Amino acid sequence: MSISLPPSTKNNIEKLQPTGWLRYFSFSLDHKVIGIQYLVCGFIFYLIGGLLAGAIRIELTSPISDFMPREVYNQVLTLHGTIMIFLWIVPVVNGAFGNYLIPFYVGARDMAFPRLNAVAFWLIPPAGLLLISSYFINGAAQSGWTAYPPLSITTPAAGQIIWIISVLLLGGSSIFGGINFIATILKLRRPGLKLMQLPMYCWAMLGTSILVVLSTPVLAGTLILLSFDIVAHTGFFNPSLGGNVIVYQHLFWFYSHPAVYIMVLPAFGLVSEILPVHSRKPLFGYTTMVYSIMAIVALGLVVWAHHMFTSGTPPWMRLFFTIATAFIAVPTGIKFFNWVATLWGGRISLNSAILFSCGFIVNFVLGGITGVALAQVPFDVHVHDTYFVVAHFHYIVYGGSVFVIFSSIYHWYPKFTGKMLNEKIGKLHFAITFIGFNLCFAPQHWLGLNGMPRRVAEYDPQFAFVNQLSSIGALLMALSTLPFLWNVLYSIFKGEESGDNPWKALTPEWLTTSPPPVENWIGEAPLVTEPYGYGEKQARKASSKPNSDQ
Amino acid sequence: MTTVSPINKQSNELTAHKEEHADHRLFGLITFLIADGMTFAGFFAAYLTFKAVNPLLPDAVYELELPLPTLNTILLLVSSATFHKAGKALEKSNSKKCQYWLLITASLGIAFLISQMFEYFTLPFGLTDNLYASTFYALTGFHGLHVTLGAIMICIVWWQSRSPGGRVTASNRFPLEAAELYWHFVDGIWVVLFIILYLL
Amino acid sequence: MPPKTGVYAILISLALIIACIWASNNLSLLPADASSNAPIYDELFNVLFVIGTILFVGMTGLVIYSLIQFRRKPGEEGDGLAIKDNLPLEILWTAVPAVVILFVGLYSYDIYERMGGMQTLNHDVHNQHSMSSEERLWGGIGTLKEDNAEIKEFPINVELTAMQFAFLFNYPKGEIISGELHVPVGQPVSMKMESKDVIHAFWVPEFRLKQDVIPGQPTILNFTPTKTGRYPIICAELCGPYHGGMRSTVVVEEPEEYDAWFQKNSKSTEVEL
Ligand code: HEA
Ligand code: HEA
Ligand code: CUA
Ligand SMILES: [Cu+2]
Repeated sequence: MSISLPPSTKNNIEKLQPTGWLRYFSFSLDHKVIGIQYLVCGFIFYLIGGLLAGAIRIELTSPISDFMPREVYNQVLTLHGTIMIFLWIVPVVNGAFGNYLIPFYVGARDMAFPRLNAVAFWLIPPAGLLLISSYFINGAAQSGWTAYPPLSITTPAAGQIIWIISVLLLGGSSIFGGINFIATILKLRRPGLKLMQLPMYCWAMLGTSILVVLSTPVLAGTLILLSFDIVAHTGFFNPSLGGNVIVYQHLFWFYSHPAVYIMVLPAFGLVSEILPVHSRKPLFGYTTMVYSIMAIVALGLVVWAHHMFTSGTPPWMRLFFTIATAFIAVPTGIKFFNWVATLWGGRISLNSAILFSCGFIVNFVLGGITGVALAQVPFDVHVHDTYFVVAHFHYIVYGGSVFVIFSSIYHWYPKFTGKMLNEKIGKLHFAITFIGFNLCFAPQHWLGLNGMPRRVAEYDPQFAFVNQLSSIGALLMALSTLPFLWNVLYSIFKGEESGDNPWKALTPEWLTTSPPPVENWIGEAPLVTEPYGYGEKQARKASSKPNSDQ
Repeated sequence: MTTVSPINKQSNELTAHKEEHADHRLFGLITFLIADGMTFAGFFAAYLTFKAVNPLLPDAVYELELPLPTLNTILLLVSSATFHKAGKALEKSNSKKCQYWLLITASLGIAFLISQMFEYFTLPFGLTDNLYASTFYALTGFHGLHVTLGAIMICIVWWQSRSPGGRVTASNRFPLEAAELYWHFVDGIWVVLFIILYLL
Repeated sequence: MPPKTGVYAILISLALIIACIWASNNLSLLPADASSNAPIYDELFNVLFVIGTILFVGMTGLVIYSLIQFRRKPGEEGDGLAIKDNLPLEILWTAVPAVVILFVGLYSYDIYERMGGMQTLNHDVHNQHSMSSEERLWGGIGTLKEDNAEIKEFPINVELTAMQFAFLFNYPKGEIISGELHVPVGQPVSMKMESKDVIHAFWVPEFRLKQDVIPGQPTILNFTPTKTGRYPIICAELCGPYHGGMRSTVVVEEPEEYDAWFQKNSKSTEVEL
């Protein structure tokens, strides 16, 4: 079946590229280098965002505003939200793993547009530095990551404008990435490879990229209008000049609701890759998984106003958005049941990768359930803009996406470096993270239900104890990064050699050396039509043909 | 659009590592235009909502003059046709004719921009006068920016098609095709904009 | 599934359901209920809580069970079973959540209807508040359905003005302007809300009600307090540095006390209730 490829010809561009560790600091066109760049850069921003979260939690250990001035608190929470979303989760689940894995999965030697790809990455560090620098220049934006006008128009302009510019840059990066993924998955597939034979992560990235391409530009347009309001004193969203603040909210959430699926669909894809390998079973229900991704994409575009139930939207609109939102639970549920079915009857290696993936399932189900509750208008009317919402989305973004990122790092680290991570330390990392995470965010449900609004630096003293519990949880989470960092850094140098395929996985990225050569395969690209061909009854010949010479 | 034989296409795909093949670039451009179109869609949605729920006081409502914008519409529509001609000419390797049509297209585009400028100066309202005025300028301005970009692209394509060893030839039509696609897109947006802004 | 496992599964599920219902009725997860829609809200909360807990515990149980039962024991080789899909199972776990969602959706619609959320507000409010006919209302929450039929005119009309960083309550009848909201227990209140600067939100956790206060777009909120006491009014929309300090109190008092307060503060003397 396999078609022979012409021997790889390294062209001039590559010869000019630095090699060794220097290449990670260059305008490299190699998708694997770009993937690692995204990952490391994102992780650094995660540490910064986590530091800011730490500042938030310290402030909230006491009911009065004593740790930092109130304006600074608002700046910190705005930066925390923006950094975590736009500089950590989105670039890592899409950019990092997407760039690293997608070309392997479609059997290509690189992404469809390598230069665009490098540009997309190199927009991120300057945008991030710009965003953070605004804090030191004139005070960062302080109207929350949602930047609702008229607050965002009336707070100091410099910080808000810088915020807008960096979000525009990051949005641009995201759109370029999205275009690249769509083109790579649809156009660069190796001949003979059918769409329905692709690993699930490709489908997740296809769906995500469709969302990126359709919704990010709307955010860009909206922010441009907002910046006009700030700089040129137009009145789009300024009620004192005849504008309408609700229109901003509609446009903003038209992007930012799909954005939550941009943060989680790729994570779904990654889990779908990890679970079958470590439980030695085929991914359960491939076809329904594909359809449910597409259903989530379609539904995800029409549920945005569930963030606006108290904004004076008309009743019919609330009703429509309630129903549409709640129905996302159905395709999402299919995926979860399929994952459990994948575990069921397997030969599960209880390693760090699988622990983090299972932690993800548990946390996300809780976050999803509170999401479905929030989708009910009468329920949301009480808890909107309270810590209940904060708990909901941290259960999903941290308990979901971040857990998956950790799981993926444990899974693909041998691929990236050719070294194994230390399992004992990995399990310790999991234990502290899981406990710390739940201790931090579970009590926040109660806080929200009982009357603590979000985005406040001072609160009713009756909530002090529960807030302190939550802060202890945050401390544990901060501590949990230490074993992880040590593990990752130490193992690069001293880690046990992993060999090419330590997990005996069948997906294409494992059918080459670890780390892979510049153009992914030394000889021809293997044709993998059954990426999940594990299982006893089927002799493990599969139809994949690993490289014979390496 | 492009006629690549299956075999040719296949081998292209297999070697398409560091090269950005025209086929994929065109596909990428289409995806980008969808994204760009969504920006406009956002603007249109905002404008229509403003209009529906924030009616202006009667003295702030202006009747827009129709002749100039109608002329603009015609200019753009004709320029789409002339661009198409240029493309056809290039396909037939008639680069002289192609350049001729390209120049005409570019001039039509520039004429559009001048006439748009002229309209701006004669309008009875400024950017910050009221919600309607702001939206009007935001929409037409954003579109004007696209036309400017398109005109520049046409000029570049024209320049590149002049020298015999240039980059735009019958065998490498991608730059022209990309510019053409973009230009049709900008025209399409104008038609929608014209209907929403001037006729509704 | 062997019959014995099935019996266990059913028993465990039953125990779980009973435990959930017990927990939802006996754990106090919500503050006191002090308005006529609070008990309705709590009813919804309990239902969601039971469904949610069952789902969560069930899924977690399945994951933990799989991890323990199907873990690779030392020295074990080979793969799991090559089961790729199972159509009846997949139909089952599409249909069951769909039914649950449908039920939850219809139920919460009913709750919302009873809370007065689905009312068109414009028409029954126009003559109550000082509004020009041009002005347009932007939704909010109407009167409780049960009360709705009887109300021709609200006994208590309040106009709320929010600004950075305070709530001001205006009683047009008595020309009272107050920083605290005083309302008599058991009487429907209609409140028209408008903001002077940025978006704020009026939230009383004990009433289970929240509505944004939006500049340029008046909103309406109707409610009936049912328990006397002092409850916090909290601004729930980020509105600037002192957002956390933007709080006030709603004082729900016996009608006589309310009248006394009203008379004492009223500027126009001819008002009577
Ligand atoms: C990755 C991010 C992510 C994801 C995936 C989700 C997923 C969901 N979210 Fe969440 N959400 C956020 C991030 C996310 N959210 C953020 C950041 C905010 C706050 C924004 C801000 O204001 O700052 C927010 C806020 C938010 C609100 C607004 C709250 C408010 O401000 O008042 C609502 C309301 O409907 C909501 C609902 C949902 C629902 C229904 C889902 C569903 O997709 C969940 C579906 C999943 C499941 C249900 C679990 C698995 C399913 C089963 C096991 C099947 C059986 C289940 C049932 C039958 C119930 N979310
Ligand atoms: C998208 C991802 C994401 C992630 C991963 C997190 C992670 C965390 N978040 Fe975040 N959060 C948001 C997204 C996210 N958050 C958003 C969108 C908002 C809303 C903002 C808004 O309202 O506008 C928010 C708001 C928010 C609030 C509410 C603030 C308020 O409303 O007043 C709180 C409060 O507890 C909080 C806490 C935390 C904590 C403790 C973590 C922890 O999980 C963090 C754990 C990580 C660490 C602790 C890192 C460890 C590193 C160090 C300690 C530094 C070491 C430094 C060096 C080595 C240099 N977050
Ligand atoms: Cu007013 Cu927050
Ligand atoms: Cu949402």
